[in-house]
Amino acid sequence: MTDESTVRIGLVLPEVLGTYGDSGNATVLRKRLEWRGIDAAVVPVRLGDPVPSGLDLYLLGGGEDDAQALAVDYLRKHPGLQRAVASGAVVLGVCAGLQVLGTKFRAIDGVTQHGLGLLDVITEPGETRAVGELIAIPGAHLGDERLTGFENHLGQSLLGSSSTPLGRVARGTGNGDGTEGAVTGKVVATYLHGPVLARNPALADLLLGWLLGHPLPPLELTEVARLRAERLARGSSRS
Amino acid sequence: MHRTDVTIRSPLRSRASVAAGRLTAWLSRNAGFGSGGMIGGRVTLKLDPQALRRIGRDRALVLVTGTNGKTTTSLMLSRALEELGEVASNSDGANLPDGVLAALMARPTAPFAVLEVDEAYLPWVAEQVQPSAVVLLNLSRDQLDRVGEVRGTERELRAAMARLPNAIVVANCDDVLVTSAAMDAAHPIWVSTGRLWRDDSVSCPRCGHAVCHLMGQWSCTCGLKRPTPDWSLAGDLLSTPAGQVIDLDLRLPGDANRANAALALAAADNVGVPPDIAVKRLRTISDIGGRYRTIRRARHSVHLMLAKNPAGWAETLPVLVENTPVVIAVNGQEADGRDLSWLWDVPFEQLRGRHVVAAGERSADLAVRLRYADVSYQWERDPVRAIDLLAPGSVELVANYTAFRELVSRFDHDR
Repeated sequence: MTDESTVRIGLVLPEVLGTYGDSGNATVLRKRLEWRGIDAAVVPVRLGDPVPSGLDLYLLGGGEDDAQALAVDYLRKHPGLQRAVASGAVVLGVCAGLQVLGTKFRAIDGVTQHGLGLLDVITEPGETRAVGELIAIPGAHLGDERLTGFENHLGQSLLGSSSTPLGRVARGTGNGDGTEGAVTGKVVATYLHGPVLARNPALADLLLGWLLGHPLPPLELTEVARLRAERLARGSSRS
Repeated sequence: MHRTDVTIRSPLRSRASVAAGRLTAWLSRNAGFGSGGMIGGRVTLKLDPQALRRIGRDRALVLVTGTNGKTTTSLMLSRALEELGEVASNSDGANLPDGVLAALMARPTAPFAVLEVDEAYLPWVAEQVQPSAVVLLNLSRDQLDRVGEVRGTERELRAAMARLPNAIVVANCDDVLVTSAAMDAAHPIWVSTGRLWRDDSVSCPRCGHAVCHLMGQWSCTCGLKRPTPDWSLAGDLLSTPAGQVIDLDLRLPGDANRANAALALAAADNVGVPPDIAVKRLRTISDIGGRYRTIRRARHSVHLMLAKNPAGWAETLPVLVENTPVVIAVNGQEADGRDLSWLWDVPFEQLRGRHVVAAGERSADLAVRLRYADVSYQWERDPVRAIDLLAPGSVELVANYTAFRELVSRFDHDR
């Protein structure tokens, strides 16, 4: 049990949307709150559980095609996440999470599925799998620090008018048209793994700032600065 | 199955390219480029893509694949089959086609071969060599960027098993993905190892629905379910289809090694070595390619362990000796996988309060993970220097694949 002041972070279907160390994003958010004296709890929402609509933030990670189809089915039948977004919850979707949050996606088997429609994004399979380091310049009001991560997806995502890209690709593939990720209101999605919030503390704090209603004081972590320097320096070369 | 009258009748092109490969291997070893076998195999395959098919022919050949335990299980099985005759094996862990070929080239007349094969290459290698048996250990996330989706791997293995009408497929039936891959085989042998890395098998590989796990059994609404095991492991005791109960009593530690032994014994039995004889040979193994090996240095006694993914770490964390400092070395090369997101699926929080040193080419990724796990650590990129930072005494050293390999060769060089 947690009290009212505890920030509750939902880890949505981690057993199917958790292929790429995605629970790490929850760990990062929880620790960044705790280190600033704010209590936080990670609430896993598993298959078979009701999907609560009262959490503060929801995380959807990466998964394989079958797992993704299973997840979207479950979340459409148990629409707690959609209700939470309507009342202003913050959401981060990564990779399969991005595709699930969109309006439609088509997997390699050719079957088109409806997503949750929380982002104006349609995803189709591309010709080759995009695998490697991805660097993106965040869009206006979405931070000043370059975004770094590892992408690994076949899908190409096309944004409609109700979503804006999270950033512009400086290296790698991203959505496939030079943009990366999607944002509508407080719903954010990206192709960046790493996990993304471990590599991009500014993005973590942007989400937490939306959640708390005020920007957070900076948090200096030398190891994160060093990892970013190392990954971003490799932006110009292979590997 | 014991054949000693084997001669390799290969066309001129194959013989010439094998000779060229041997020469290259020799040059590579003597020029100090490391693993000569791999490069020799690579040259031969370039010169003659049919080489593997020809050199693998006319032997009783067993392929071993899966995410974790390939090297250990292959060594166990080789040791067991040596009861019958000479065994060719890629005991160096070089498990891509060139390494497999190099192992067969090194022992051209061995009537038996036990070859570990990377799971992504198993279908191609199996088609070339037409093995008499395949051992399927487990399938979980490994090297996220390279192998791609584990379910895709399962589908390809499944198709490959169905194309081997004469092969016995020894499969771990506690692993949903492995069972699905082996279910269409002509001659499956089911081994219950009690080992299950469940995170990757929540949705059914056949229909995508949720797999239901209950009291050691599992099933899906589509009909895929755990088959009745032919062999069953419980603790140290292995029950055989003939009704024997074998006490494993291995020198290697841990449940994972007992599971590997169960699969190796089932495979050996099907090649012709009964389990009571095979197990005695398994008990002679105390070291797998330097794993579990203790290296004595001037000031430190270093206990080397390999852990390359969350499933491997789940086996390793419980066997770390208490009150002993831990050096963790993580690389992110092609063979390791360049995506290190999996570090966040390892419960490093369990190392809190211990003396930890983060090392390896990707120690920056590891350091961030340890920071968020509230594990205090020292940072030294070079794993050997990381050991030297520590007070004299014992050290637990856990490394992923290329970091491990590099350390073994540095320690061997120092001797």
